Amino acid sequence: MSGATGDDSNDAVLVAEATARVAGTASLDDLSALESELLGKKSTLAVAQRSLAALSLEAKREAGQRLQAVRKQIEAIVAERRAMLEEVARAERLAADRLDLTEVRGVPWRGHLHLVQRTRDELEDVFVGMGFAVAEGPEVETDWYNFEALNMPPAHPARGMWDTLYLDLGEPETVVLRTHTSPVQIRLMQAKFPPIYAVMPGRCYRRDTPDARHIPTFNQIEGLVIDRGISFADMAGTIEAFTTAYFGPDIHSRLRPSYFPFTEPSAEFEVTCTICGGDGCRTCSHTGWIELGGCGMVDPAVLAAVGLDDEMWSGFAFGFGIDRCAQMRHEIPDMRVLLENDVRLLRQI
Amino acid sequence: MLVPLSWLRDFAPFEGDPKFLAETLDDLGLVVEGVKHVGEGLEDVVVARVLEINAIAGADKIRQVMVDAGGEPLSVVCGAWNFAVDDLVALAPVGAVLPGDFAIAMRKMKGVTSNGMLCSGRELELTEDHDGILVLGKAGESGAPVPGERLVDALGIVPDVVFDIAVEANRPDAWCMAGVARDLAARLRLPFTIAVPPEPAHNESATEAVSIAVVDDDLCPRFTARVLTGIEVTASPDWVARRLTLAGMRPINNVVDASNYVMLELGQPTHPYDLDQVAGHGLRIRAARPGETVTTLDGMERRMGERAIVPSDDRRDCVICDGNDVAIGIGGVMGGESSEISATTTRVLLEAAYFTPMAIARTTKRLGIRSEASARFERGCDPEGIDRAALRLCQILSLTAGPQFRVDPETIDVRGPVPKATNVRVRTARVNAMLGSDLDDGAVTGYLERIEFRCQVAGPGQIDVTVPTFRPDTSREIDVIEEVARHHSYSALPRRRPAAPQVGHLTPYQKERRLVRSVVAGLGAHEAWTPALLAPGDHGRAGMGDDGVKVANPLTPDESVLRRSILPGMVKALAFNAARRQDDMRLFEIGHVFPPPDEERIKRAFARTGETVIDEREMLAVAFAGPGDDARTAAGAWMALAEAIGVDDVDFIQSSGGDSGDSVPGGLHPSRAARLVMGGSDQKQGEAWAGRGTMIGVVGEVDPGVLAAFGVDAERQRVGWLEVDLDFLLNTAHRRQEVVTAVSRFPSSDVDLAFVVDDAITAADVAKTLRHAGGELLEAVTPFDVYRGSGLPVGTRSLAFRLRFCALDHTLTDAEVGELRRLCIEAVEQAHHAQLRA
Repeated sequence: MSGATGDDSNDAVLVAEATARVAGTASLDDLSALESELLGKKSTLAVAQRSLAALSLEAKREAGQRLQAVRKQIEAIVAERRAMLEEVARAERLAADRLDLTEVRGVPWRGHLHLVQRTRDELEDVFVGMGFAVAEGPEVETDWYNFEALNMPPAHPARGMWDTLYLDLGEPETVVLRTHTSPVQIRLMQAKFPPIYAVMPGRCYRRDTPDARHIPTFNQIEGLVIDRGISFADMAGTIEAFTTAYFGPDIHSRLRPSYFPFTEPSAEFEVTCTICGGDGCRTCSHTGWIELGGCGMVDPAVLAAVGLDDEMWSGFAFGFGIDRCAQMRHEIPDMRVLLENDVRLLRQI
Repeated sequence: MLVPLSWLRDFAPFEGDPKFLAETLDDLGLVVEGVKHVGEGLEDVVVARVLEINAIAGADKIRQVMVDAGGEPLSVVCGAWNFAVDDLVALAPVGAVLPGDFAIAMRKMKGVTSNGMLCSGRELELTEDHDGILVLGKAGESGAPVPGERLVDALGIVPDVVFDIAVEANRPDAWCMAGVARDLAARLRLPFTIAVPPEPAHNESATEAVSIAVVDDDLCPRFTARVLTGIEVTASPDWVARRLTLAGMRPINNVVDASNYVMLELGQPTHPYDLDQVAGHGLRIRAARPGETVTTLDGMERRMGERAIVPSDDRRDCVICDGNDVAIGIGGVMGGESSEISATTTRVLLEAAYFTPMAIARTTKRLGIRSEASARFERGCDPEGIDRAALRLCQILSLTAGPQFRVDPETIDVRGPVPKATNVRVRTARVNAMLGSDLDDGAVTGYLERIEFRCQVAGPGQIDVTVPTFRPDTSREIDVIEEVARHHSYSALPRRRPAAPQVGHLTPYQKERRLVRSVVAGLGAHEAWTPALLAPGDHGRAGMGDDGVKVANPLTPDESVLRRSILPGMVKALAFNAARRQDDMRLFEIGHVFPPPDEERIKRAFARTGETVIDEREMLAVAFAGPGDDARTAAGAWMALAEAIGVDDVDFIQSSGGDSGDSVPGGLHPSRAARLVMGGSDQKQGEAWAGRGTMIGVVGEVDPGVLAAFGVDAERQRVGWLEVDLDFLLNTAHRRQEVVTAVSRFPSSDVDLAFVVDDAITAADVAKTLRHAGGELLEAVTPFDVYRGSGLPVGTRSLAFRLRFCALDHTLTDAEVGELRRLCIEAVEQAHHAQLRA
């Protein structure tokens, strides 16, 4: 690097040489070392700048400006190189920090709500949306609430429709595990003057040998409407509205005559088979319909049992299995699994 | 009930697609559960005579049978062995298509050609038999069919359709062919008639004086008896036997079959006694004496009147006694063995009676015995249909009973309080109000008269209806309205939706219960559904003492005790999963538990005023059996739950251990359990409120001994436990006010303090003291370390807390913080004999 105090062509050489060397640096450390070599106190440039003191004022100014320009150019080159190397270093650092996001341990546990309970929530929500309240009652009942107030005096043949579990309380066969949610109707009508618009979900018990479609403990939901001027048409419309709201717009309901001691007229209600959409399949025995529950106009004898005047008030009741709805919706092949609490099942849905 | 279409056609000219008829029956509430086509696909089957039977070389299961089917002898290969040469059998020749679209083709087996198939009863859908082929008789016997004759001609088979109909308990009238036909004809507007049976051939005078005495006519309001003589007991006519078979009853002999036939056709059970086996030539109908026995037709000895089925049960079973007052049958339920019809019977005493439905229902329940007759009587037969049924029986019996068959002219008819036809005033406006319909008087009477309800219009909209005696289900206006609805068709009624006057809602409790479930599920617990019925001893195994309320008639002993806690069932669920190699889990359940009630409460429940028999408690139970879970997990979960619902004044009351074992909650680890008790904090001092001191639940760890007793490996896993009474938690426990407090804009200052504290003093107590001492300026107390070990006296540990101080209106000075620090240290040292750890 001769002739540091030389002319323009020397300067150009100086800058070109510095550019080449800066470009050759591979790390920030190299760059810093080179920087002090090129621009530091012992650098050719600095020496040249110091040596200007001996020159004439004019020459000093002229050469000083020239060298200062050279210094600026080299500083710019170094800064640019530094920025570039810093970027590379940052990229390397982050690359080294790479994480496989599927390499996850200690996933927080999330519990699952029971699918029957979820079904119950959904059913409650549909009826709440239709203006109903939700009422509940005890699972242990007296014979009067479970049967007699529902128009089934002792030894009534219709009691055979329910295989009853009796408890060792009071006189024999007077305290039962409720066989249906209907006693809640009676409690509700005792507690509250009409109008009544309520659904009553809850656990029920029957002395049934478990099989794929029946379990001795099961969940039912009951509906009760008591008001002035309530007719069979209101019942049919309510059930249809529920059916399309819960199962979907293509699923409809139909009613056919049936018998329950606590309703008159009574009906079974069926809904379009959700498997085949009504075309007929094995599940619905090729009828296109699946039986869901029972319903009917509240029998005057039931109104009388709770002291309501059947000329002033009329109403309807309906009931069906929550588990059955869950079975239909989630395609549960065997209801018995619901009582096992196998965690592999509980956490599926 | 199996209903052949051909039988229905005796009453009305039903035509058309059986599928349409089935749908119509469905819509009437006579639910068709199955439709079976019988006798179809047999057109090509012919009678064949077995000529010779030859073994086939190399085959030991099949043989070659040469048959005469009305032409050249045919070779058929057959695998059955139940026939011999000259037997007449059924041949499905090549080209025949059997029921079930089973096409018969020519086949070759072991080199022998088979020109068809010899058929079993089941292959022809004639009988259930499939053990061998159907053998029709021997060639040459009188009346035997001729080879080559069509099987349908030889057996008189007419294709038929059999509906399997489920008849509801309130429709005894429809539990017979005539009743189904009446309903169906009414809907289809076809003429319906039940033929009046002709008078039978009578003896000139009574052959035997028979006396009938009805002692208890409340049990048997009507009893008729006829004496039938000159009877040859033999087989029924083919058509009778075939109809019985199609209807699902086995033909026995002409007398019994006639009785069954009439019951199926008209719904009236009758009972034939062998008159010569009835001592004293008479019958007495009375309530049984307790302990009296009868040996019924099925050979069982039955003891009468012993078991009360309800407290008020009078235990009066109706028995039929002979003239000597010895019980020989159970009235309306089952006849006795002693007077059963046998091959040698020649004289029959024919009973046709009406028994009181409730009396029969009680008897069948008391005795645990049920028959076709009792099922009909307990639902209610037609007291005025008795004579028609008896005459119809005589008519059918006369076809086979022989030339000497006569009926004594005198019919004994003992009538007591027989139910009469009911008259009901029906208001057309009421019909429309109940159904939402728009029917006029004419439409209403039209529907009713077609089912034999006599109608008289008393004025506009007022119809007087006489309900026939065969409809015991119908006695009130609403019952008649149901008939109108049924025949109008439920599907033809309008549909509309009532407008509820209220906004639909869940109660606050119901809403918060959903929140509780979400919070607990958010803590990693799956919702379970464990049985409320436990096995005897489960409570004991779970450390909870006696069983409590028991089921009187459990299906299995394993489900015979009502749970007092969710704990046993939940530990069983853990064990069930552990047995399937599912170990790490948290489970929760919300469900009722059933503390045994006292006598007073039971009495109140029977007052029908709303009191429940048992003070059922709805509990939340959570089992924490995840990796590393223990009592602290449960305690932490409780705190998160309490925080979520804003419950802020519940204390942990932990047993001090040792002798005071009584305060350890049942089933839990004695030194790792606490009761959750409301309102014990000093902040509530002086406030009198109902909930104070109420235990709302327990928290801790399941006793390892309990886990082991149910088969959960207690060495491998601790199980944290939380059980809370939701009523107390959501309805009673104190809640923090839902008012937002301003947060400070000024910097806060932290002070870390560690105290050496005796083990008997809880961290919660120390924290509470700190909170008290720090006052309003103390923003948070966070425990951050617990240390036991070297440098500390035995029986103590170091508890470290970080206190964060902050003022709303200024930055705290060092002096202020120093003073607060001093106050806190002093308070803890004084309250708990603790020492600040240097």
